[in-house]
Amino acid sequence: MSEPVTTTSSATAKSGVDVANFASRRTLVWRRFLSNRPAVVALAILALLFIGCYTLPPLLPYNYTDLDYLALQQPPTLKHWFGTNALGQDLLAQTLRGMQKSMLIGLCVALVSTVIAATVGAIAGYFGGWRDRALMWLVDLLLVVPSFILIAIVTPSLGQAARVFWLIVLFSIFGWMISSRMVRGLTMSLREREFVTAARYMGVSNTKIIVRHIVPNVASILIIDTVLNVGLAIIGETGLSFLGFGVQPPDVSLGTLIADGTKSATTFPWVFMFPAGMLVTIVLCANLIGDGLRDALDPDSRPPRRGKKK
Amino acid sequence: MTRFLARRLLNYLVLLVLASFLTFGLASLSFHPLDSLLQRNPRPPQSSIQAKSDELGLDKPIPIRYTHWLSNAVRGDFGTTVAGQPVADQLWGRIGVSLRLVFIGSVIGAVLGVVIGAWSAIRQYRLSDRVITVLCLLVLSTPTFVIANLLILGALRVNSVFGVHVFEYIGESSSTLGGDAWSQFVDRLQHLVLPTLTLALGAIAGYSRYQRNAMLDVLGQDFIRTARAKGLTRRRALFKHGLRTALIPMTTLFAYGVSGLVTGAVFTEKIFGWHGMGEWVVQGIATQDINIVAAVTVFTGATVLLGGLLSDIIYAALDPRVRVQ
Repeated sequence: MSEPVTTTSSATAKSGVDVANFASRRTLVWRRFLSNRPAVVALAILALLFIGCYTLPPLLPYNYTDLDYLALQQPPTLKHWFGTNALGQDLLAQTLRGMQKSMLIGLCVALVSTVIAATVGAIAGYFGGWRDRALMWLVDLLLVVPSFILIAIVTPSLGQAARVFWLIVLFSIFGWMISSRMVRGLTMSLREREFVTAARYMGVSNTKIIVRHIVPNVASILIIDTVLNVGLAIIGETGLSFLGFGVQPPDVSLGTLIADGTKSATTFPWVFMFPAGMLVTIVLCANLIGDGLRDALDPDSRPPRRGKKK
Repeated sequence: MTRFLARRLLNYLVLLVLASFLTFGLASLSFHPLDSLLQRNPRPPQSSIQAKSDELGLDKPIPIRYTHWLSNAVRGDFGTTVAGQPVADQLWGRIGVSLRLVFIGSVIGAVLGVVIGAWSAIRQYRLSDRVITVLCLLVLSTPTFVIANLLILGALRVNSVFGVHVFEYIGESSSTLGGDAWSQFVDRLQHLVLPTLTLALGAIAGYSRYQRNAMLDVLGQDFIRTARAKGLTRRRALFKHGLRTALIPMTTLFAYGVSGLVTGAVFTEKIFGWHGMGEWVVQGIATQDINIVAAVTVFTGATVLLGGLLSDIIYAALDPRVRVQ
C-alpha cells in the first residue's frame, strides 16, 4: 500500500538501470509470503483438503448416505477411518461431503462480498457528498441488525433445490459492510494523490479512474480481506446449519454434522470431534494465509523487529 | 459534548426503527405463520384460523401491519405468539437472562482483551507474546458452538475428577433451587461460569489482537520517546501516553463487538439451555412467528446501539478533540 502501482517501468529504463535484474512487485510479494512458514504450511493443508474433499469421495467404499448396519456408533476402525454415527453412516464420507459444501460457500461468499465491498467503498470514498452519506448510512443500518438473524429469517422460504446458491447470495449481501468502510477510508486518501488528480485533469471518466487507479491501489487490502472473509463465511454457514436453518437433511454440512455430534459428544466423542476438528483446521488455515498475505503485501503494517530501526 | 451525544442518540433511534421495519418486512414476506395451525391434527376450525389471520392482519399490506405493530410496541404490547400467548409475558424475563450473559461477557472480554493485548505488545516477540498470539488465533478460528461444546467436555472431566458438580452446564439455575440466599447465589454462579466463558473467550481473543496492533503503532510514535526523554518512568509513559492513545481506535470496535456477542449469545443460550432472547429467536424462526422475531430484533438492535452509544461516550472521554468540535 505504500507506493502506487505503476504498470510501466519506462522511467527506470531511461535512467540506465538494468530493469531485467529488478524483482517485480509480484515476485517480491511471493518471496515474502514463502518466507512465512506457518502461512505456507496452511496454504498447503488447505489446498490438500480442498482437493481431497472433491476427489476422495468417489474412491471410498461408502457414500455419505449409505448405512452400514453392522457398524453402528463405532469408534474409528480401519474400515471406517472416522468411525460411524448412530445410523451407521460413515463419518469420513459425511465429513468430506460437509467440507465440500462449507468450503464452496465460504470461497464464493468471500469473493462476492469483497466485490460488493470494493464497489461500495470506492464509490463512497471517491465521490463523497450525498453518495458517501447514503452508502455509509446503509452500512450503519445493516450493522445494527445482527445480519445473522436476518439471514436466518429468510432461510425458511428458500427452496431445497438451489439452497446452497441462495445461502451464498444471502451471506454475501450481509457480509461486506466492515470491509467497505476500510476501502472507503483508503479511497478518500487516494483521491487526493497526484496521479488521480492528473488523470482527472486529462479527462479520464470517473468510472475509469476508479477501475484503473483506485481499485489496483487498494488491491492488497482486498486480497487480504477476501482470504480472511473465507473463514468468517464458513463460520457463518456452519453456524446457520448448526441451528437447523442452513443446509437441510438429507444433505450435510459441517454445521449439521457438529449439531448431530453434540448430542452424543460426551459418550461418543468422535462423532463431534472429527467434523469440529476439520472445521477449526479449515478456518485456522484461512486465517493463517490471510495473516501471511498481509505481511507479504503490506510490510509496513508489521512493526519492525526489536533492535532494528525503521 | 451533550449535543454530540444527543445527535448520536437521535441517529440511533431512527436506525432502530428502520432496522425493526426491515426485519418485520422480511419476516412477513418469508414466514407463513398459519402453517403451524393448518398442520395441526385434527385441523382447527376455519373460524379460528380466520381469527388468527385477522389478528395478524395477514390480508393487509406490510407497511400498514408494521405501523400497527409499532404503535402497539411503543405502548409495550408486542402482540401474541403463534401459540396465543402475549409476547410481552416472557419478554422481560428473557431480556434479563440475555443481558446478564452479554453484559458480563462484553465487560470481561473488553477489559481482559485490552490488558492482554497491551501486555503482549509491550513484550513483543518474547515467548509470552508468541503464546498469546497463537492462542488468540486458535480461539478466533473456533466457532462459538465448538468452544461451548469443548468447554462442556472439559467441565465433565473436571467434575468427574473432583467427584462433585463444580461446573453446571444445563439451564441458568438448578430446578430444585432452594436453601438460603448464599447457596442460591453459588448455584447461579456455577451455571453462569461456562456460558460466560464461552462468550468472553472469543471477545478476549478479538479485542487483544486489535489492542496489540494499536498499541504497537503507538509505541513507535515520537511522543512516547519524548515522554521517556523528559524523565517519565517507563510504566507512566506506557500507561498515560501509550495505552490511552491506543484505546481510542478500540472504542469503535467495541460497538461491533457487542453485535458479535449478541450473535454468539444465540448459540450459547441454545447449547446451555438458557431461556433467553437468543434461544427465543431460534424458536420464533422455527415456528415462523413474526412477533417473536420482531421483538428480539428490537432487543438486539437496542443492545447494539447501547454498545455504540457507550463507545461514543468512552471515545469522547478519551479523545479531547471530539469535545472541542
